[in-house]
Amino acid sequence: MILKIDNVTKNFGGVTAIKETSFSVAPKEIFGLIGPNGAGKTTMFNIITGNYVPTSGEVIFRNEAISGLKPHHIVRKGIARTFQNIRLFSSMSVLDNILIGFDFQARYGFLESIVRFPRFITEERRIKARAMEILDYFGMSALAHEKAVDLSYGQQRKVEIARALATNPDLLLLDEPAAGMNPSETEELGEIIKKARVDFDLTVLLIEHDMKFVNQLCDKVLVLDYGKTIFEGKPADAIQDPEVIAAYLGDFHND
Amino acid sequence: MNTLMLKKEQWLKISFVAITVWFIWFSNSHFDEYTIRILNNIAIFIILAVSYNLINGVTGQFSLEPNGFVAIGAYVAALLLTSPEAKQYQYAIVDPYPFVLTLHANFVVALLLGGAFAATLAACLSFPVFRVRGDYLAIVTLGFGFIIKILAINVPEVTNGSLGINDIPEFSNLYWTGGIAMIAVIVVLNIINSKFGRAMKAVRDDEDAATAMGVNTFKAKTLAFCTSAFFEGVGGGLLAALLTSISPDLFDFFFTFQLLIIIVLGGLGSTTGAIIGTVLVMGGSEWMRFLDEPMNLLGYETTAMPGMRMVVFSLGLILIMLFAREGVMGKRELTDLLKWRRKGGK
Amino acid sequence: MFMQQMVNGFSLGSMYALIAIGYTMVYGVLRLINFAHGDIMMVGGFLGYFGIAVLGLPFGAAVILAIVGSALLGMASDRIAYRPLRSAPKISLLITAIGVSFFLENAFNVFFGGVPRAFPVPAYLEEVVDFMGLTMPVSAIIVPIITAFLLAIILWVLFKTKYGMAIRALAFDVGTVNLMGIDANRIITLVFGIGSALAAVGGIFWAVNYPSVEPMMGVLVGLKAFAAAVVGGIGSVGGAVLGGLIIGFTEVVVIAFFPELGGYKDAFAFIFLILILLFKPTGILGIDFEKSRF
Repeated sequence: MILKIDNVTKNFGGVTAIKETSFSVAPKEIFGLIGPNGAGKTTMFNIITGNYVPTSGEVIFRNEAISGLKPHHIVRKGIARTFQNIRLFSSMSVLDNILIGFDFQARYGFLESIVRFPRFITEERRIKARAMEILDYFGMSALAHEKAVDLSYGQQRKVEIARALATNPDLLLLDEPAAGMNPSETEELGEIIKKARVDFDLTVLLIEHDMKFVNQLCDKVLVLDYGKTIFEGKPADAIQDPEVIAAYLGDFHND
Repeated sequence: MNTLMLKKEQWLKISFVAITVWFIWFSNSHFDEYTIRILNNIAIFIILAVSYNLINGVTGQFSLEPNGFVAIGAYVAALLLTSPEAKQYQYAIVDPYPFVLTLHANFVVALLLGGAFAATLAACLSFPVFRVRGDYLAIVTLGFGFIIKILAINVPEVTNGSLGINDIPEFSNLYWTGGIAMIAVIVVLNIINSKFGRAMKAVRDDEDAATAMGVNTFKAKTLAFCTSAFFEGVGGGLLAALLTSISPDLFDFFFTFQLLIIIVLGGLGSTTGAIIGTVLVMGGSEWMRFLDEPMNLLGYETTAMPGMRMVVFSLGLILIMLFAREGVMGKRELTDLLKWRRKGGK
Repeated sequence: MFMQQMVNGFSLGSMYALIAIGYTMVYGVLRLINFAHGDIMMVGGFLGYFGIAVLGLPFGAAVILAIVGSALLGMASDRIAYRPLRSAPKISLLITAIGVSFFLENAFNVFFGGVPRAFPVPAYLEEVVDFMGLTMPVSAIIVPIITAFLLAIILWVLFKTKYGMAIRALAFDVGTVNLMGIDANRIITLVFGIGSALAAVGGIFWAVNYPSVEPMMGVLVGLKAFAAAVVGGIGSVGGAVLGGLIIGFTEVVVIAFFPELGGYKDAFAFIFLILILLFKPTGILGIDFEKSRF
């Protein structure tokens, strides 16, 4: 198991956002985290990425307990994420956005950047080439020098994923990646994620509302409701589970 | 095509250096003392502006630090450059500590030490301020400026209190100020165009997303803050050696406020903008001196209103923020303008 | 002697508290450090001076003029300078606030001159009375009493009225307030009004006790008041009062016992600020909950 959530509880003042939840994600799996709004899915993401500390319980990544580590350290351990509302860096080009993901892997220091030692030049060249490779993979190399926020919504979503991939993750957390997309864009995204899983050697954990998308993509799903697990298993079985249906009460998005 | 653009930027850098060097030589031999004084001031303020822009504009952390760090650099340089005889003579409130009399260094070392001292203090401030969420940098740096002034007044054994330090040798000339300004601009630009600069901009644009991409935001902010402090300290030393006389009142809030207007007018986040802003504000400030004198308004003779200039300045800042927030350059540099023109005017 | 310093400390602390409340309330609803707030205190003092010395008003009327005038000025500054920038990046708002602050200081400097003007304190306030065994001027004693009274009113408004509830809700989450059918902008304007009114009272107290007014009088006081708000717990009215009292007391008592530290009086607030940022950034009474930013 590459990721193990071990009996995690998260309280915010008087509110229990997540209650004694446990699950595991196997390597190379595409795992879906679904449930009605407010069920605690994004909170769970934030706990994994280190933005929140669990009130009790543990997050174990590749056999290492990581709860309590600072978020930017967790990224360097191999977990990357995207955001529900796309958060690209508004002042920067597409290429620079992706370079940020590479930056902690660039091996030069402060003084070397000021004086422009050879190591600076070679490392910058190296990471720029890698960034262009990723852009190429997504078919967007022509857009490298465009301002990231000028792109179309679908393209921005791809840039966000590319940026996350730049950090060289083993586990990729996608927060509602298909939000705001039409059916054909959604299908394309699904294919990209499946392909990326193979080409980048990834495990994927995703939050989604679009059940068709989840069905198409996920090997396994976990259904949360009011912070508790109410189902864990195959997506096809989840749709038929009475408790899951009750929880959603028509909250399904079946485009 | 990539290599062609790179070549263009190299040419831009080379020509910038060449033109600056020529201009310094030309000014020194052709302009009168009054103009040279203004040019010296502009050069020093360019150093201060491009570094203030690094923490405020590039990293997006609102800070009011310049007057404090400039004061530190000025006092360090003053103490290291003024001769022991001059010190012995002018410390009138109390006798100076013995070590104060022995302090001595050459100009370069004095400037570097001033910068280093400022940067160290900045690092100390960074820890309580950047570690926590919240916009405390502005208040802390505002308070810091006051503290430095309080210290300068209350430790006369070192600083000669309110009397300040006089008879500082006038080492600064256009070669020093212009040369260091050039270096400061190049250093700041090199930082911005590296992973460190990208991290700073990411912190400005979206700090949480930056963290999610592995950026150590504390380190980025601290680096920007300390670098700003360093150059502000160096600028302070140059200022001391230009004015030959410093006192605690010199480095008041208006000093910081001027720099704030400069970088906002030029374009918060743009180094080119900081340079343009300096020229505009320093020049405009000279021109606006008439506001403090009696004026002839539509045939009606007004009395002298000292401080009117500052009223106009502050109104100007408010108006810029309300109606022209981007300033002259926005976040762009000269190189960006050239890039976009080649792409057909975006 | 010690009791006398206690009263002085209470007095100074109350003045800081009155100003700190305005800072903390505006920060609570807008996440903005209103740099101009300290200058509102100065305006209050000057309006009082103007009322008595120029318009010849009785003291009470001048105080009302000061309070109403400052409240209007505070609300106007929000409407004109801050509201247009609600959706702008935070740094723009902070810069504008500095601009407003500097503008107020220099405008008053131009029109009144930088030389401190003696404040015409009414005789009944200057009277020295025997209060609980101490001989002190009335002006020092009434400050904490009136402040406590005003604080009670503010707390009543915040916790017992609809508008107060809206203010507290706004400090927590802007979106909710709009859903409740209350115009967030009007609430914010109300907050500016209340805060400015309190600052004006602080300004009058200051003018009566020191007793003078000058254009820069709000600068250092404002800085310390904000530090007080942070030390006590930013966003909490009780915290602002606590922080104000702590700093006021420290200033008075330390100088009383160590007069040689007199020159460093103004540094204490800053030291407290650094300490609280190092050890408990949310402040003494601050609540430590992770707000959802994701």
